[in-house]
Order: sequence, then structure tokens, then C-alpha cells
Amino acid sequence: MVIFLILGYYHFLIFSRNIDLHILMKFRVFVLISFFLFGALSFSNAQSYQDPKQHVCLKCHSNQTYTFHNDVTNAEVKRLMNPYYILDTVAISSGVHKSFDCTDCHSAEYEVYPHQANLKLEPLSSCLDCHGGDESYAKYKFEEIQAEVEKSVHHKVYGESFSCSKCHNQHTYAATARNSDNLLEIVDYSNKMCLSCHNDMKKYKLVSGHDNPKLVEVHDWLPNQALHFKHVRCIECHTEVVDSLMVSHNIVGKDQAVKKCVECHSADSRLKASLYKYENLQKRSENGGLGNVLSNSSYVIGTHQSPFLKLLSIIIFLATLGGVIIHSIFRIFKK
Amino acid sequence: MGATEKIYFYPVWLRIWHGINAIGILLLIFSGISMQSSLDNSVIGFNLIINIHNYAGVIVTLNYLLFFIGNLVTKNGRYYFIKMKGFLKRPIKQAYYYAWGMFHGESYPFPLSEKRKFNPLQKYFYVIVMYLAVPGVIITGFALLFPELIIETVYGISGIFLTAIFHSVLGFFISIFLLIHLYVATIGKSPTENFKSIISGWHHV
Ligand code: HEM
Repeated sequence: MVIFLILGYYHFLIFSRNIDLHILMKFRVFVLISFFLFGALSFSNAQSYQDPKQHVCLKCHSNQTYTFHNDVTNAEVKRLMNPYYILDTVAISSGVHKSFDCTDCHSAEYEVYPHQANLKLEPLSSCLDCHGGDESYAKYKFEEIQAEVEKSVHHKVYGESFSCSKCHNQHTYAATARNSDNLLEIVDYSNKMCLSCHNDMKKYKLVSGHDNPKLVEVHDWLPNQALHFKHVRCIECHTEVVDSLMVSHNIVGKDQAVKKCVECHSADSRLKASLYKYENLQKRSENGGLGNVLSNSSYVIGTHQSPFLKLLSIIIFLATLGGVIIHSIFRIFKK
Repeated sequence: MGATEKIYFYPVWLRIWHGINAIGILLLIFSGISMQSSLDNSVIGFNLIINIHNYAGVIVTLNYLLFFIGNLVTKNGRYYFIKMKGFLKRPIKQAYYYAWGMFHGESYPFPLSEKRKFNPLQKYFYVIVMYLAVPGVIITGFALLFPELIIETVYGISGIFLTAIFHSVLGFFISIFLLIHLYVATIGKSPTENFKSIISGWHHV
């Protein structure tokens, strides 16, 4: 308990450097809550992703192999863990669900090994079961996202089985787009969600039943392919942008994907409604009078003009042209 | 015309430079404007426009070396030296001539000769364009071709963004220069006289 108190104060010191009073108040509440929460947890001794070896589930599920006592042969047995059941404990402990323990979602009966076969039949909660219709999650607009997902190609082809977790790994998901101020990190995180299947023969075929298209080949037409892949997300072109959502979830078919350069490479770039939408990124772009500075760790041709400079250049151009015309008139008549 | 004196102002290398430069810069201006305003020209296409801009940029750059080295090793470079004496007075005198004198029968204040190819105002413009604006646009242009070389942020503003703005501003300045350059070139013995000179090399004084 004392340790957490110290920890809280330490965080407080770090964060309080440049935050205003409002946040300070909020932070005090946070410290108080975490104090009670962590306090309670430290007694219940439930979860510890930090130390998987001590964790009843993770001592097996974070390793390539696991050992157990075979009661029938009365011997210690070492087995390979199914690779899809190996969890990344580092990612879990920074993911959105880090404060949950395994048995908050999975049956507590899993704590026994070998696991009972009928446990597999137990339905697990879907995202909306917890996040739907809840005030505290309202800003994430889960219902609206669900409605968009239902319009998407994935849902059309695979139905309900194409759940949120196909892209948003429930164990490790981190809200990178909302929290990171590094554009490239946001892009990378997002694209990895798509690539985890679209660039993985086994997983792609598991869901679709056929081979995955070769991404580099199908995007052959795209100039500077590698640059694009690094600096923009797949969904920039492969979704229908919905203004009310941070991230468009209606992933459209290949034939509807954006193929026109100027959709992004223009002053009213599509990227402004998508990739550059995040508040944290936009804050940086409010700097100075350069109105529509996109937060660029990349240079998007065609998007960098500022209305002020545009107007100024038109005025200068017309003034020069006017000067030339007036001077010509004088030359013609005053000779 | 036969009675007038002729000076060989524009040697072959200079005329070659100037011809390539003129075409290159025109291509850059048109492709540049359509990239900026994202004209979706389905005839030419955005991708082709970008290619035109990049290739023209490289050609103008290589060609600039011709100009730069040519002016270093030949006597032509001398015409670009700016004298400190009458630093402001002389160009103002020329501007006054354009705005007033030439309409009131005053004589040309800086008659051209073997020693003087440009009037002071013209010289200033050429120096600014050829030794500041064009190198600047070349450097920023190459920086945008290799954005990973650019400093990431300058006082919180994206370095790439600043480079892009700077590149456009310089490009715009060169466009305005070109407009004035073309117009002023029509002021001569006859409106076409100077244009003939930059092609033939000979200037009638
Ligand atoms: C359609 C395009 C152009 C035309 C018709 C044109 C025309 C001319 C003419 C007639 C001259 C000789 C008279 C004089 O010195 O004023 C000249 C010289 C010159 N022009 Fe241009 N010009 C064009 C484009 C450009 C551009 C784009 C630049 C630079 C960015 C430029 C830079 C110069 C310079 C520096 C000289 C003097 C060269 C020397 O004698 O050392 N011109 N041009």
C-alpha cells in the first residue's frame, strides 16, 4: 500500500510539471482511485502480468512450451503450446484491458489443467456486451462503429464471426490513434491490424478459405508504394469516411477503394477527415498563423498551402499583371 | 539596322543554358501549380504531373551547374557583379526611367556596351533570381524528394512543412520574375529585338 502511495506521488511529480489546475484536480481523484484499486488488488493477489511465471494462466500461456503432471502415467510432461494461444504479456500490460484478469472473461474453471472440454463451448463476451450502451464509453461510439462494421465487406462475407477482435486483439489492443502523438506509430499500429491477416497466409486462409492476394502486386499502380505504406493507413483508401467517427469502420470492397491521387493530394485532402483527425495531432497543427498545417512527419503533396499565402500570391500576381498592362498602354499611347 | 553596332552578348553555352532553363522552368511552373491546386487533370494525370516536375527539376538543376560554372570560367560572370557605388541610386534611376523617363523622351540612363550588358535594376533581379531563388528552390526541391533528410521540427512546426512552403514561395517568386522578365524584354529597339538576341547571340546597340 505504501509503495503505491509513493508510486502515485512519483507519477504526480512527473505529470504535474506542465498541467493546469483542472487536470491537477482530476489527477488527484485518479491517485485516490488508483490508491484504493491497487490497494485492493495487492490484497487479492489476483493478476500479475509483470511476473507471468507466478500467474496461474500465464505461466503456461506466455511460453512456447508448458509442463504438467500427467496423473495417468504419473510423469512430468513437456508440450508445445499452440502458437495462437501464446500471449504477449508485455503487450497485455500496456493494453486497454490490462486491469482485467484472465478469469474476468474466461471461466475460472480454466485454472485447472487439463482444461475441461466443455469450457470451449462457453460463449465469451463480445465487445458490445461490456462497451455497448454505457455512458462512460459513449465517446468511443461503439454502437455507431458496430453499425459501420455491419456494412463492411468483412461482415458481408463472414457475418457475425468477423468480430471486433479479428482486428482489435482483445488481449493487447492499445488505443494508439487516440493516444500517440507520433503519426508513424499510429500508421504502423493500424496497418499491422490489417496485415496480421492480409499478409499472413495461414491466418488469411483460415478465415477466407483462399489464398491472400499479394499486396505489393495489387498495389503495383501506386507510385512510391513503400512511402505510402509507411505514411498512410490502409483504411485511408479502403474505408468510407464517416465524419462522426474517429476511425471509419466501413471497410469497402476493392472496387470502391480510393484510387485517385487528388483525393488526398489536395487542399481539402481526405486525410484531414481521417488520418489527421485526431485531436492530439491537430493541436500541433494549430501553431501560428499557418492555418492548415497538417501535422506532418510526412509531406503530402498538394496539402500544404495556406489560404493566406494563396490569397497573397494571387494579389501579387494580379498586381504584377496590372503593372505590365498599364505600362504597355502607356508605351502604346505615349510614344 | 545595318548601321547599328552589334555586340556578341550571348555565347552559345549561355544560349543553350537559357533555352533549357526557360523550357524547364515553364514546365516546373505549370506542373507545380497543378500539383498545388491538385487539378485532377484526367488527360495528363496527377502521377505524370509529378514525374514531369521531378524530371524537369533535375534537368534545371544540372543545367544550373552549366550557368554557374560558365559564369565562373568565362567573362560573362562579370556582368553579375554589383558595384557598391550608387547601390540604391543607380537602380532607382533605371526604375525612374521605366516609370517616367521613357515616356518623356529622356535618353537611356545606362547605355549598353561591351562592359555593360544589364542595366542596374535588371542586374539586381538576375542576381537575386540566379544566385538566391534558383539555388534555394533547387535545395528545397531536393529536400522534398528525400524528406528523410529534413530536420523534423523547427520550433514545433514540421520541418517538411516549412520546406514545402519555402519551396512554393520561391517558385512563386521565380514565376513573378519570369512575368516581369518577359515583359521587360519587350522594351528594346523593337518589342522582339531582345528575343532575337537571346537566340542569335548578337545584340544591336
Ligand atoms: C519563356 C521564357 C523566357 C524568355 C522568352 C526569356 C527571354 C530572355 C531574353 C530575351 C533575354 C535577353 C535580354 C536580357 O538579358 O534581358 C534573357 C536573358 C536572361 N534570362 Fe531569360 N527568358 C525566359 C526565361 C528565363 C528564366 C525562367 C530565367 C531564370 C529563372 C531567365 C533568366 C535569364 C537571365 C539570367 C538572362 C541573362 C543571361 C546573361 O546574359 O547572362 N530567363 N531572357
